Amino acid sequence: MSGHDSKYFSTTKKGEIPELKEELNSQYKDKRKDAVKKVIAAMTVGKDVSSLFTDVVNCMQTENLELKKLVYLYLINYAKSQPDLAILAVNTFVKDSQDPNPLIRALAVRTMGCIRVDKITEYLCDPLQRCLKDDDPYVRKTAAICVAKLYDINAELVEDRGFLEALKDLISDNNPMVVANAVAALSEIQESGNRSIFELTSNTLTKLLTALNECTEWGQVFILDSLSKYKAADPREAENIVERVTPRLQHANCAVVLSAVKMILQQMELITSTDVVRNLCKKMAPPLVTLLSAEPEIQYVALRNINLIVQKRPTILAHEIKVFFCKYNDPIYVKMEKLEIMIKLASDRNVDQVLLEFKEYATEVDVDFVRKAVRAIGRCAIKLERAAERCISVLLELIKIKVNYVVQEAIIVIKDIFRRYPNTYESIIATLCESLDTLDEPEAKASMIWIIGEYAERIDNADELLESFLETFPEEPAQVQLQLLTATVKLFLKKPTEGPQQMIQVVLNNATVETDNPDLRDRAYIYWRLLSTDPEAAKDVVLAEKPVISDDSNQLEPSLLDELLANIATLSSVYHKPPEAFITRVKTTQRTEEDEYPDGGETAYSESPSQGADSGTSPPTASSGQHSARQTVAVPGAAAAPAPVPDLLDLMGDGNNALVSVDQPTTPSGPPLPIVLAASAGQGLQISAQLVRRDGQIYYSMFLENNSAIALDGFMIQFNKNTFGLAAGGPLTVPQLQPGASANTLLPMVTFQNIAPGPPNTLLQVAVKNNQQPVWYFSDKISLAVFLSEDGKMERSTFLETWKSLPDSNEVLKDFPGIVINSIEATLDTLAASNMFFIAKRKNANQDVLYLSAKLPRGIPLLIELTAVVGVPGLKCALKTPSPEMAPLFFESLENLLKS
Amino acid sequence: MAGAASALFLLDIKGRVLVWRDYRGDVSSTEAERVFNKLIEREGDVEYPVVHDNGVTYMFIQHSNVYLMIATRQNCNAASLLLFLHRVVDVFKHYFEQLEEESLRDNFVVVYELLDEMMDFGYPQYTEAKILSEFIKTDAYRMEVTQRPPMAVTNAVSWRSEGIQYKKNEVFLDVVESVNILVNSNGQIIRSDVVGALKMRTYLSGMPECKLGLNDKVLLEAQGRTSKGKAIDLDDIKFHQCVRLARFENDRTISFIPPDGAFDLMSYRLSTQVKPLIWVEAQVETHSRSRIEFMVKARSQFKERSNATNVEIQLPVPSDATNPNIRTSMGSATYAPENDSLVWKIKSFPGGKEYMLRAEFQLPSVTAEDEAPERKAPIRVKFEIPYFTVSGIQVRYLKIIEKSGYQSLPWVRYITMAGEYELRLM
Repeated sequence: MSGHDSKYFSTTKKGEIPELKEELNSQYKDKRKDAVKKVIAAMTVGKDVSSLFTDVVNCMQTENLELKKLVYLYLINYAKSQPDLAILAVNTFVKDSQDPNPLIRALAVRTMGCIRVDKITEYLCDPLQRCLKDDDPYVRKTAAICVAKLYDINAELVEDRGFLEALKDLISDNNPMVVANAVAALSEIQESGNRSIFELTSNTLTKLLTALNECTEWGQVFILDSLSKYKAADPREAENIVERVTPRLQHANCAVVLSAVKMILQQMELITSTDVVRNLCKKMAPPLVTLLSAEPEIQYVALRNINLIVQKRPTILAHEIKVFFCKYNDPIYVKMEKLEIMIKLASDRNVDQVLLEFKEYATEVDVDFVRKAVRAIGRCAIKLERAAERCISVLLELIKIKVNYVVQEAIIVIKDIFRRYPNTYESIIATLCESLDTLDEPEAKASMIWIIGEYAERIDNADELLESFLETFPEEPAQVQLQLLTATVKLFLKKPTEGPQQMIQVVLNNATVETDNPDLRDRAYIYWRLLSTDPEAAKDVVLAEKPVISDDSNQLEPSLLDELLANIATLSSVYHKPPEAFITRVKTTQRTEEDEYPDGGETAYSESPSQGADSGTSPPTASSGQHSARQTVAVPGAAAAPAPVPDLLDLMGDGNNALVSVDQPTTPSGPPLPIVLAASAGQGLQISAQLVRRDGQIYYSMFLENNSAIALDGFMIQFNKNTFGLAAGGPLTVPQLQPGASANTLLPMVTFQNIAPGPPNTLLQVAVKNNQQPVWYFSDKISLAVFLSEDGKMERSTFLETWKSLPDSNEVLKDFPGIVINSIEATLDTLAASNMFFIAKRKNANQDVLYLSAKLPRGIPLLIELTAVVGVPGLKCALKTPSPEMAPLFFESLENLLKS
Repeated sequence: MAGAASALFLLDIKGRVLVWRDYRGDVSSTEAERVFNKLIEREGDVEYPVVHDNGVTYMFIQHSNVYLMIATRQNCNAASLLLFLHRVVDVFKHYFEQLEEESLRDNFVVVYELLDEMMDFGYPQYTEAKILSEFIKTDAYRMEVTQRPPMAVTNAVSWRSEGIQYKKNEVFLDVVESVNILVNSNGQIIRSDVVGALKMRTYLSGMPECKLGLNDKVLLEAQGRTSKGKAIDLDDIKFHQCVRLARFENDRTISFIPPDGAFDLMSYRLSTQVKPLIWVEAQVETHSRSRIEFMVKARSQFKERSNATNVEIQLPVPSDATNPNIRTSMGSATYAPENDSLVWKIKSFPGGKEYMLRAEFQLPSVTAEDEAPERKAPIRVKFEIPYFTVSGIQVRYLKIIEKSGYQSLPWVRYITMAGEYELRLM
């Protein structure tokens, strides 16, 4: 069944468009059809054929289904550029939506929904209304999706015309495909809108579980995905649901299996019977293993998800480590993920076999994979105390092969092993020293130097070894310089003889006078002062005992892990980032032609360098894994740190923030920002800044003033770990600041990136750097108000239910004696501007009681009750929320809001 | 969790868009081409099937000289969409026999029609090629107006149309088991499993109800029958969507209305360790800068009455080896320098036999100073053993009931073959 359509691509050069125009208006049917095909062919290769709009639309009234489809396709592509002419097509659409042939009826609504022109959508309503009640399920299933299309273009219209109710009715449709599409449409509307329109009740649950058995595989995925949000009322119900879903684990479609796994894991949280849970774990293992026989791309998604599942429920795959052993022909991205899971599943029982595998991988050719394998051996050693010795001996065997990058990687991990098990394996230092000359990577060098410094008293020729590095001190990278400095100090403290004494002079001189690096200089001065004032104190500081490290790298924060598990199979679970990171809605109705249809293929690409694929395409896993593995070894405080660069200075080190669009909104003017870094403290650089929220996005609004005598450029910013994991969502774009100049910028922020453990607090530590000055550190306060989301408004009934469902222990009270409410309306406006939404009001004697709702990220509701007498100082606030630990922060920002 | 694709792209090997279907109007083909070109430019770098760039996530697969790519701006179901792309490949293959650049160009009208039918607003809708071809036809078969979509499109039985007629009602059932094995360089078996598939070809009239009986241990025990023959314990069973999963969960009955033509009814996995059916040992002696010698023994470790056919043993050879000198006690061996291997083929290999191969290659007398280590390929083995299964699975019956009451007997065949059969060199 092969066609010969390629002939339509070949065109005569001269006068193509006029020629087509003529053919489109031909009196012969076949000629017209051929002409439309040529038009579509031209469109396919990216030529602009929009000028033929009227002529093509004239061919729309035809009995020929194929021709009709082509004309419709043309309309989808060009209606936006010709909105006024598009109206010409309306009549035919409306007529087609009443055609006796259900294929044509469905085609008409389907296509109309794709034409994102306001004028057309008005005419879509009546046909859509009819089609939602059509006799033919094929038409109804198409109409169901069409409601979501219309909602995307004009949400109000959908609500006004009652389409949501019609869509909800389709949940009870007798046709499973219609039900599945209705679920997909409702879930989408639910997520884009800010009202809960699609409530999963136990009634809908039953209906959907029934449809699950009958609809297509894709429909099953829609249903399972939407049901995974269902919160069972009690363990019994959860068990019942799971029982209905487990048969899906036997489905040949991997997506159905993964979505079923997601749903089961969600319900398991509620199930209390350990027997049931154990049984479910047992049931899930084989299907998860079988996913590894799927196509490699699917395997990749499966492995990223298994990584999450293993963190949450390690028992499920505890006995299956062998299935993760790499096959020769696995694509490298699959191998990398398998390795990660092998480390997670490694235990005393299987470690011998695992080590043998790692050793095998370490002799492969792909450098990244080999490095990761070597690192994996180190991580096993740190994780499994009893296997540490065997790991070391494998590493030594690998060093003997003398492949340069293997040796370097091995030395890096051996340093970690020394940190984990001090005074245990020093006997191998001699072997390590043999490879000294071959080290050329900064991290490996720094690690070796750390080892020499740390064990200087056991290495007879430690001074000679260090001295050999000193000659090239000025040329070494900062990481190595810092390490050399510390190691030399250690050597001197341990062996205060003449040689080390001379060396320390050289190093301190190099590190203070000769260098431009402020970190190095600062550290050198600290050592210098310590050594000159109190050598004993210096010993206490530099040679202090170090805390034990553990292999918790690549372990996700529990709350993030739970969120990701609720999103199994989605992009969020593939990237291990919260789902918000992937949703970038753009309003697309009637956009201008230029940005919508850039001429495909023919014009040169205009690329903006800052948004290139480089940042985005960097794989999320491999590199970040290595990175964090290293960070665990960093010792707090500057002394004796093997990882010499403190977190804050690792500016933009890894592409972790790559997921966020770097489009810079223009800076609006507003009230002056609070000063966070005074000019006196910043050598003339003054920074004012504040977190703000605009259109649902958190920004760090900054104002930089250069009062110094030199031009400043190369600004960069970094945030320390904080309660909300706020981090820069893109680079800081500040132009060069001439003396006396100033600049405003809005830095998009992302949340839940590097979360500080411990009880919530408002501290936000910021480091700003430029090319000319030292790094400036300052602290700012996080206002909880910026996290309150636009969709925080609750239905009255939901508010009441939620209030009742929360235990009293979740209620926190606070008095604000200094606050006066002068006007209820003004207060409500102020609060609404910060996304605290008014729900209800009542009078209690002369007091006004106000109820408001707000929502924190990840859907944590805040229920607020304010009690006050108008005009009289004193405001009472009661806050009820599932996260009462947030209360102090909330009160603080409430006070700030109402005080002003 | 709602998440849908924004657009589907079909690109050629150079990353140019051949055909694309815009489902949501929020991504552009120029941007997609740009991102994709960056990806294929970066040779040697790790390529991931999922890539995020500037707010848009791209997922892609490759088939011959065509890339299929989905772009999305939502947190959509990656497993579902990637699998959907594979199904799109299947549908195109059904339509055009080959899916390649040429066939897409030659059929772009049908391609657009199919993309419109298989996905709506970015949600996968329908991917049964056989049924699709009942109402979306290529030129040669096109009628003026198709009257309505086949019932199957929205039916609970979405994979079969009604009114199919055959003169002779036949079913062919092939039980195919692939043995996967991984032996490490110490000669230890570190992984071994069997993946089986029941491949069916049905030529049956009407809407036949089928019931399949296997020697499934769980079922037989549940029925209280300690059967005469061997019952087997399957680890994980996956069924084609035609099988009623809830019914299987209840009483282990495999009941279904089959699609018409060829399909995989079920697949299963067996992780019990099996003795490698063909064992290969290789001694390699490298006299650096002069020659390398291979001494290879291949032994069949199954019963004498079975016979392995088309045995092919692939041995890795250094890329700079030359002048092969090969002797075998059975079959023939050829040097395949294009993939740095020596291929030993044995047409027929009965059980309980052992064959030998000796080979010698010259090595160059000079080597590069700082040579990168060579990729250590394993020995790989291919074979087929007809009339034999490792698992011992047996089709006890296949009942076919159709209301017209015709009789039909299934033809059942068993075969075992090598899957990923790898023995790492010492």
